[in-house]
Amino acid sequence: MPAERFPIEAGHVKAFARAIGDFNPVYHDASSAAATEVGGIIAPPTFVQASAHFDDDYPLRPRPGVRWFGSGGPAPTPPERAADDAAPPPPSGGTGLHAEQHYTYHRPLRAGEVLTVHVRAGETWEKQGRRGGLLTFREGITEYRDEDGHPVVTARAVSVMTSQTVRDAT
Amino acid sequence: MTGSARSFAAGDVHSAVVVDVVTRTQIVQYAGASGDFNPIHTDEVFATKVAGYPSVFAHGMLTMGMTGRMLTDLVGDGRLTKFGGRFTAQVWPGDTLTTTATVSGVDERDGQRFASFDVATANQHGVVVFSGSAEARVGP
Repeated sequence: MPAERFPIEAGHVKAFARAIGDFNPVYHDASSAAATEVGGIIAPPTFVQASAHFDDDYPLRPRPGVRWFGSGGPAPTPPERAADDAAPPPPSGGTGLHAEQHYTYHRPLRAGEVLTVHVRAGETWEKQGRRGGLLTFREGITEYRDEDGHPVVTARAVSVMTSQTVRDAT
Repeated sequence: MTGSARSFAAGDVHSAVVVDVVTRTQIVQYAGASGDFNPIHTDEVFATKVAGYPSVFAHGMLTMGMTGRMLTDLVGDGRLTKFGGRFTAQVWPGDTLTTTATVSGVDERDGQRFASFDVATANQHGVVVFSGSAEARVGP
């Protein structure tokens, strides 16, 4: 269940911009941003990805009552390998690896606004991997709309599930 | 120079280093900011001993975010109209990434000029890790 409501908070935008190494003041300094063409703090182009924080059921973050699939205590014993280069399947709850991401920007995304998030499934297709495993691609389209219902950003993501550790794509 | 003042012509090539050294800390910082704490990015023990990777690796979206910074530095704030691509290879701690944006065309619609770009981000070995395209409003 994706986030339904995505508040664009200035501190979150600042932390996100720092993480991608972007210190452009338009992402964190209200007075200098006010003097730019956009006239205020906006979010970087990939910021909507951070709407995951507002999805209570997002599987790639530890959640109350759900055992996290990362390591906790001592290093686990490596699992039995079926073949020299095979790895166990991705843990349940994961969403696979990110294969593609595409954005359409209808207007700049501004700190202080609250978006609603509308998700629909796209296509699903399969492909034989270069290294023999079957790859399953899944497309999802997310539209982020403003308080008047107008689209701000449309995002199309393609994820890939694989039966092997992937060294050819992220 | 901001995007509104810069002029673009098909074939122009713009290039910038977007990260000198990818660190595990930056990957964790991105996990915190984006909310994606997948242990293949944040947990070296899980990434190596359970998932079978040589180390943790960066979120594709961290690479795309750094690539986006190069584009917004080039075209100006809030001027991108499209940005997308494929993640074509993994980005590891220690990598240096360079983004190249080649102007693929300039056109005008409804009195507004737009520039289109082919975008590629490559590592220090010349391996393309993100390959895509972008479009931006340019000119006044």
